[in-house]
Amino acid sequence: MPTATAARLSVDELRDIAKRIRSHIVQMVFNAQSGHPGGSLSAVELGVALFWNHLRIDPENPQWPGRDRFFLSKGHATPFYYSLLAERGFFSTGLLDGFRTLGSPLQGHPSMNSAPGIEMSGGSLGQGLSFAIGQATAGRMDGRDYRCWVMMGDGELNEGQVWEAAMAVPHFGLGDRIVAIVDRNGLQNDGFGDTIMKVHPKEMWHGFGWHVIECDGHDMAAVDQALTEAERPHGKPRVVVAHTIKGKGVSFMENNAGFHGKAPTAEQLKQALDEITRGDGLL
Amino acid sequence: MTSVAPVTAATREAYPKALIQLAEEGVDVVAIDADLSVSTMGYQFGEKYPDRWMTVGVAEANMVGIGAGLAATGKTAFIASFAAFLPGRCFDQLRTSVAQPKGGMNVKCVASHGGITVGEDGMSAQAIEDLALATALIPFDVVVPADFESARQAIVAVGKTSKPAYVRTGRPKVPGLYTTGYRFELGKATQLRAGSDVTLIACGILVSIALQAAEQLAADGVSARVLDMATIKPIDREAVIAAARDTGAIVTAEEHQTVGGLGSAVARVLVETIPVPVSMVGVDRYGTSGKWDELLGYFELTPQRLAQAAKDAIARKR
Ligand SMILES: Cc1ncc(C[n+]2csc(CCOP(=O)(O)OP(=O)(O)O)c2C)c(N)n1
Ligand SMILES: [Mg+2]
Repeated sequence: MPTATAARLSVDELRDIAKRIRSHIVQMVFNAQSGHPGGSLSAVELGVALFWNHLRIDPENPQWPGRDRFFLSKGHATPFYYSLLAERGFFSTGLLDGFRTLGSPLQGHPSMNSAPGIEMSGGSLGQGLSFAIGQATAGRMDGRDYRCWVMMGDGELNEGQVWEAAMAVPHFGLGDRIVAIVDRNGLQNDGFGDTIMKVHPKEMWHGFGWHVIECDGHDMAAVDQALTEAERPHGKPRVVVAHTIKGKGVSFMENNAGFHGKAPTAEQLKQALDEITRGDGLL
Repeated sequence: MTSVAPVTAATREAYPKALIQLAEEGVDVVAIDADLSVSTMGYQFGEKYPDRWMTVGVAEANMVGIGAGLAATGKTAFIASFAAFLPGRCFDQLRTSVAQPKGGMNVKCVASHGGITVGEDGMSAQAIEDLALATALIPFDVVVPADFESARQAIVAVGKTSKPAYVRTGRPKVPGLYTTGYRFELGKATQLRAGSDVTLIACGILVSIALQAAEQLAADGVSARVLDMATIKPIDREAVIAAARDTGAIVTAEEHQTVGGLGSAVARVLVETIPVPVSMVGVDRYGTSGKWDELLGYFELTPQRLAQAAKDAIARKR
């Protein structure tokens, strides 16, 4: 049985990968002229640190039963997810070109088993933490020590099912098998969460019996450290609340609800790629 | 009043227009969105009537319950989301809190992005079960308008009843079929073309495809009647029976699976009255990403397929 371990890259190496992921994201959404750049760009550091330094996975053997699981509960962030999977070696980066087009396995939202590495389906918000409970329960039954990581949006926290699952994780004693990550970018589909539906992630998770770890979601070293802390046993399940900026890395997308689900023009793409390559404002 | 020519627009664009008309006419409407108001277009009503509009975040089940509460006080509640999530994410709330109270509560669902023409978002966003779910809710009227003008009038019409309704609108811009002189009537089919050999009964985006199919059939010497069956429930029994009597063969066409939608509703009338051959055209498998017009081809929601289905049904006449 393979004993894949995380790659353990330096922060500089992770930053280089993050640039590539950001470039894929804007290029994919441009090619398809549809898709969700904002919530993809905000999650990049979290995804890169997780996929390279924390997930015990083997891209050569994506179905390895002992692998750690990652569930993209905010399923619209597929430009982010698919480029992570491609850069990590689950499939060729060439496949990204077909994103959202007829005949491509890379649909707008994750479709389980349609391409290697896609653990479960998504697109209907609020369900990922429940999947983790199921898979972590099975892991316990089968004597496996894999961990389930779930990435959620902050708007997604509006869904009641999130909180049904949040109360179940400590109840079932699954805290050392599940880690939740919240991409706290402050925006949802219709605008700022503070006007659409206010959430208080720290207080809410704490109230449901979780240990809350906060970090700057664009400081790669801080993200890597927060994920390490989340792996450490604790009396409670851990949630990483990462403070992020929707659209991070592309000036005109940053903090702009208009780019939740909109493609850039050719001119905007050029500017976006330039800014991403320069890495303005990225730690 | 002069009548305005048909406009090319998405049927979802009719939603805020209809809400504004209802409010202007004095209907005590309150509209709710669930973090998709930019897509359902509900925000446009909110801009005009901020006191009559609310957004509850990504929380469809909560939205239904709030709608039921508003309706219980006498308000006319409208709730909106994508057809994948309304009724998909809140069916139990619709059933127990809106459908089951005697006569049904005054809650109107206007679900946008119905069917596979959602396009690139892919399988999870493409509702092909919503009509089956909505028609299964006993007091609900269920309407699938074919163009902007009929959508606008249909939403106004359900806004003036005191019972629950489900209106499905679509994402893409589609050609207009009706002038403002048209009068939508809940529960009544509209005949768009006369014919004697077969009747094409369609709803939503399939209506204009059925009209194209009728043209193709005419070129082959087949005379096809075309009905816009915008109201799936209550179905226009008389129009279905007349179609069976006059033409002896039926094709149904919908952007939905053939189980539980328009095809099922038409077939049910026929087996109880004049059983004639029926060919059902719909989407009986889950979707995938693609441009909406490409997907119509991919799922064979095309004039060619409808014309072929008509010929198949005619061949089965006894
Ligand atoms: C059940 C459900 N309702 C509505 C939607 C439509 N939708 C897609 S993304 C989104 C906003 C999500 O905001 P957030 O979770 O904050 O995501 P992010 O900002 O990270 O993109 C909504 C409402 C959905 N996918 N699922
Ligand atoms: Mg957000």
